[in-house]
Amino acid sequence: MLPTDPAKRLSFQRYVSDGDLVIVYERHDNMKAIKVCESSVLQNRFGVFKHSDWIGKPFGSKVFSNKGGFVYLLAPTPELWTLVLSHRTQILYIADISFVIMYLEIVPGCLVLESGTGSGSLTTSLARAVAPSGHVYTFDFHEQRAASAREDFERTGLSSLVTVGVRDIQGEGFPNEFTGKADSVFLDLPQPWLAIPSVGKMLKQDGILCSFSPCIEQVQRSCETLRSNFTDIRTFEVLIRTYEVREVKMNRFQGNEGGSIESLPCKRRQRSNEEINGLENSSPPVVMARPSSEARGHTGYLTFARLKCVL
Amino acid sequence: MAARVSHDPFGKTLKIGNKTYSLQPLIGCHFGSLFQVETGGNGPFLSPVIQESNQEEKGCKIDDPKDNRALVDNNTAQTLTGDEIDVMRREGATGNEIVEALIANSATFDKKTSFSQEKYRLKKQKKYAPRVLLRRPFARSICETYFKKYPTRIGFLRVDSLSLLLSMANITAHSDVLVVDMIGGLLTGAVAERMGGMGYVCNTYIGVNPYPIDIVRMFNFSDEICKRIVQSPLTELSACENEISLQHGPPEDSCNTVSLSNEKLASPTSDSVIVERIWIFKPHNGRPGYGCLDYCQRSPPTSVVFSSFCNLPPISSAACNMHAQFAAWENGNWIANAEPWLREYQVLPSRTHPHMQMSAFGGYILTGTRICSA
Ligand SMILES: C[S@@+](CC[C@H](N)C(=O)[O-])C[C@H]1O[C@@H](n2cnc3c(N)ncnc32)[C@H](O)[C@@H]1O
Repeated sequence: MLPTDPAKRLSFQRYVSDGDLVIVYERHDNMKAIKVCESSVLQNRFGVFKHSDWIGKPFGSKVFSNKGGFVYLLAPTPELWTLVLSHRTQILYIADISFVIMYLEIVPGCLVLESGTGSGSLTTSLARAVAPSGHVYTFDFHEQRAASAREDFERTGLSSLVTVGVRDIQGEGFPNEFTGKADSVFLDLPQPWLAIPSVGKMLKQDGILCSFSPCIEQVQRSCETLRSNFTDIRTFEVLIRTYEVREVKMNRFQGNEGGSIESLPCKRRQRSNEEINGLENSSPPVVMARPSSEARGHTGYLTFARLKCVL
Repeated sequence: MAARVSHDPFGKTLKIGNKTYSLQPLIGCHFGSLFQVETGGNGPFLSPVIQESNQEEKGCKIDDPKDNRALVDNNTAQTLTGDEIDVMRREGATGNEIVEALIANSATFDKKTSFSQEKYRLKKQKKYAPRVLLRRPFARSICETYFKKYPTRIGFLRVDSLSLLLSMANITAHSDVLVVDMIGGLLTGAVAERMGGMGYVCNTYIGVNPYPIDIVRMFNFSDEICKRIVQSPLTELSACENEISLQHGPPEDSCNTVSLSNEKLASPTSDSVIVERIWIFKPHNGRPGYGCLDYCQRSPPTSVVFSSFCNLPPISSAACNMHAQFAAWENGNWIANAEPWLREYQVLPSRTHPHMQMSAFGGYILTGTRICSA
């Protein structure tokens, strides 16, 4: 997934090969991660796609099924991965993830601690940020979830950057071997305040903690605990409003008072593989945008704090 | 914390209020150290503040019976006059001593709730004993500082929008990133920070003169990272099929770059240098850098293309136009338009609520993945 390995970088010479992870893109809201296997096929509503047809094609190619349907093969990125991974838990999404990486000041070479691992949605972006020389140690007390996460990091090629441990972080704290070594720590736990004293021990001078909690009561308790050893305690909520952009044909209906304008939205060609029912010979389409009517209204609160520097 | 400084590695003094302080005492201290202004025999200076850990949590009890019914706003509560404060100052009282005197001479301090007492103390401290907190410069704090003080210089790019740009553009070590940065170098610096000296940030521009990237200086970059920031006009990128000449920037003084000479770098098809999959557009005088799209056609497959239209209010014009461009750019795909929203909270026992003021607009972001035309 990352360009760390020069052979796997995206370039004109980078072609899909046997064993690669590709994101099969049908539509912006319909994607799937698939490991290319020469003898395999992909079957969906567009027909049967032979993996062997994909091998040797550049990433970003449009590939066809036996029935002439098509999909695109995209190179995986942490953002795409978040959209396609299997949800074993609630996960963090792009707005929160990008803000966390920025606010935790994670750069190549950092050592980052995380708990719980959950579905590894955030972990994937943490790994990209610390690569190639840093490391993410992530812990979940759920053995099976930890194992599935490990398998995922294997698939996405991040295993050299991420270590998944099984541990009750609220009960036992982070392992002592990381004392004073962590540049930043991220918590997504039901009772984060129980882990905060341990986080204080793990962080380097001036290191940063972020705790993600869906409920304000959790935030309240965490902040109370943080006040003793941390400073710069700040809580945020980050959301994204998406826009629907459509081509609209303006048709003038005669006979109405003042000639009212009616708009017939039609999905943009590029965004859909479906046929557009031809609305030929009306006036040229205009592009219009409006906020999507439904949106994610709440994910969680992000609380950041910095370990107090004791002179 | 009363003052936040964006660290300037070359400045030797710092101005707080109307006085100038030497930054000498800061050298050798950990990031995160706290200083307070004091006045001594040789004039004002910065002195380290010992921070106790495990501070007793102060006040703010919910069942505090006090309220503000007895407080009358007639400016007579404080009996210490400005002249008296000046006298104290001349006699060498420290800022803290003045704050204590103000509290002792406040007729209403004892009647205040513990929460407002704390607020009063902080307010006075800000005025009479300002503190300086040493922070390591990062894209986050640089962006926040500019957004607060000089938002126009960074095109109103809010920190959450910047984070989204960097994530969606898949910036990581060993990427080669082409950037159109019309916001003084904040974008260039933020990208370079994420790459840690591995891979290149190519700052391209339309016209003859490179866009200024002075903000890059704020990042305290090592030589290794500075060497990975290069500049090249778009015409040259588009024209040369085989060889690209890139100019090392930012300017010499800003980043200790050794060479300013043009350097011939490998051909566009070699993986090591050329524009990879990322384009970040910034609008200029309301005209986003459309020209880049043509070149994008020639960049390797699966590019992510993006924008932030911080300067242009109605999404209808800016983003739609961009969309229209994408339609023309034949195989644009997965185009998503987003507007980030950020709200900060005050979290205090029984006093938790969103901040009364928030930034109402942080820009629009347009994302696309380039797919093969073949
Ligand atoms: C909401 S999920 C985390 C999702 C993750 N941030 C992501 O983006 O995919 C919370 C995880 O915390 C784990 N967890 C809960 N309590 C824990 C504890 N005491 N120690 C370690 N992990 C714990 C759960 O098993 C669960 O997988």
